[in-house]
Amino acid sequence: MLFWVIVKVGIRSLLANKLRSLLAMLGIIIGVGAVISMLAIGAGAKQSVLARISAMGTNLLIIRPGQSGSHGVASGTQQNLTLADAEAVLAEAKGIRRLAPVVNGSAQVKYLNRNTRSNVTGTSITWLGIRDFSIDKGRSFTEQEVENGSRVAIIGPVTAENLLGFNDPVGEVVKVKGMSFTVVGVLTAKGDQGWFNPDDQVIVPYTVAMKQLFGLDYLREIDIQAQDGFDLTALQDDVTSVLRKRHRIPENSDLDFEIRNQADMIRATTDITKTFTYLLGGIASISLLVGGIGIMNIMLVTVTERTREIGVRMAIGAKRSNIRTQFLIESMILSGLGGLLGSAAGVLGARIIAAASPFPAAVEWSGVLLAISFSAMVGIFFGWYPARRAAALDPIESLRYE
Amino acid sequence: MIIEARGLTKIYHLGGTTVAALDGIDLDVAEGEMLAITGPSGSGKSTLMQIIGCLDRPDSGSYVLSGEDVSTLSEDRLAEIRNRRIGFVFQTFNLLPRLSALENVELPLLYAGLPHAKGRAAESLEAVGLADRMRHEPNQLSGGQRQRVAVARALITDPAILLADEPTGNLDSKTGDEIMALFASLNRQGRTIIVVTHEADVAKHCRRQIHLRDGRIVDGAGAA
Repeated sequence: MLFWVIVKVGIRSLLANKLRSLLAMLGIIIGVGAVISMLAIGAGAKQSVLARISAMGTNLLIIRPGQSGSHGVASGTQQNLTLADAEAVLAEAKGIRRLAPVVNGSAQVKYLNRNTRSNVTGTSITWLGIRDFSIDKGRSFTEQEVENGSRVAIIGPVTAENLLGFNDPVGEVVKVKGMSFTVVGVLTAKGDQGWFNPDDQVIVPYTVAMKQLFGLDYLREIDIQAQDGFDLTALQDDVTSVLRKRHRIPENSDLDFEIRNQADMIRATTDITKTFTYLLGGIASISLLVGGIGIMNIMLVTVTERTREIGVRMAIGAKRSNIRTQFLIESMILSGLGGLLGSAAGVLGARIIAAASPFPAAVEWSGVLLAISFSAMVGIFFGWYPARRAAALDPIESLRYE
Repeated sequence: MIIEARGLTKIYHLGGTTVAALDGIDLDVAEGEMLAITGPSGSGKSTLMQIIGCLDRPDSGSYVLSGEDVSTLSEDRLAEIRNRRIGFVFQTFNLLPRLSALENVELPLLYAGLPHAKGRAAESLEAVGLADRMRHEPNQLSGGQRQRVAVARALITDPAILLADEPTGNLDSKTGDEIMALFASLNRQGRTIIVVTHEADVAKHCRRQIHLRDGRIVDGAGAA
């Protein structure tokens, strides 16, 4: 009963000085708002990076040739990863579900009078499964076609639209680097991944790509998918030792290839996001500190202004604890309201940033709740001293205060 | 006796000198009395009022209020006594701004934790003739009306004494007379009333008057 009267009086006295209350809350509003919108951008970035990583496939190891050159100066990619390496790894390492050799490059692709520049990937039929592609129209290659080096191609939906418009591309003949390929299938769209669009590519058998298109006798990449539940790090160690033996690299020497582990990528992303969150948490506490000082300042002014009111309340029976509670509640209302308004501003800010820029933003409601309760706590902390001063006033002198 | 005070002293230290604001006051007030405490400024009447009103404690002497010695109670206990047994009426009304008349009047009940605050506050306002002004805030009321609200607030906890400090000091003489008439009528209903004033006109409304000078009662001590 008394509590609600105190809340009512607190709100009314804040409303009586609207501008002043708003200015007092501004520090908290800005601090909370900035943190919430930043966290939303951070969370959005994390989600989109994780989505990209999982769009690559699952349980993935990617072997690439190392950089040639010495003493940390890269002068080009080494040409030492071969089909024989891929076969050896598949035969000797334990825990592999499937493996695909990859050669790729950018090439001119033509259909009638239209042409476009696309990424051309030469690989085996397992690659589609490893990289989580599926066929929307038509079919994949057959093993026979890969073995024979048949000129067949699977194209991405974006490439299909760029080249053929809305016509059904299956069965049409496109020219890659001047060589004719029959389109046998179209991929299901995955969506642009930012640095690379998987929907704009041409996939051909690696046999054709190596011998005819690019003229290479080495691989750009070996993609490996581990068996479900198999430890990626153990597989990575196994693959490393197989390749180390084949490439005759002694223990303790630098490898001439590198293996990227999908679990590591996810861990790295999560670590970066965590660091980012701690950093923002630090900035948040500083801005809440500054906001809290603003509130303390205004509460001290309020206590002085309302000295007479405090005297009257004491004369009609308020105990010192009643007075202290009243001013604590008022500063909590001030900071809690600041937190609430700041959260609203932060959520709105995140929406605006998400709509107006390429950064996705995902508001985390647990963060919003935390920010509001944290601001209310700031109110108690910084309201304590003014409330104590109010409670310590002498009733006689307060009643005389002009 | 509602008030039995014996040998009340209060000494203030101002710089190097000490001033005895009260210098051995003996005072008895019977239930149902209407008493004026008069005296020039500096005579100690404000200090006496503060001690009678339990806003302050005497340096020595004893003060028994309705049978309980209150001269040595803790601050919290004194706050409860002010809340339940004393009703203050001030020169400057001292209503809380931004609260309606009704909310001002119910405030002592809320601090007391007593039930039915709204209903009792409304009755109290009706008793001072302000039934139609309950929702008004103090700045929408005239001086006389504000003082009536203050009287309603003072009476809400049914106190042993109504303690008024220059209750007509901020009112014109006609309104002042009305307030004193209200006090007289409350007194006829049995309320014990103590008015502190320096105005002889106000004091003469009271059947008994005591006069203070230099911290001593110089006229009208003892029971009526």
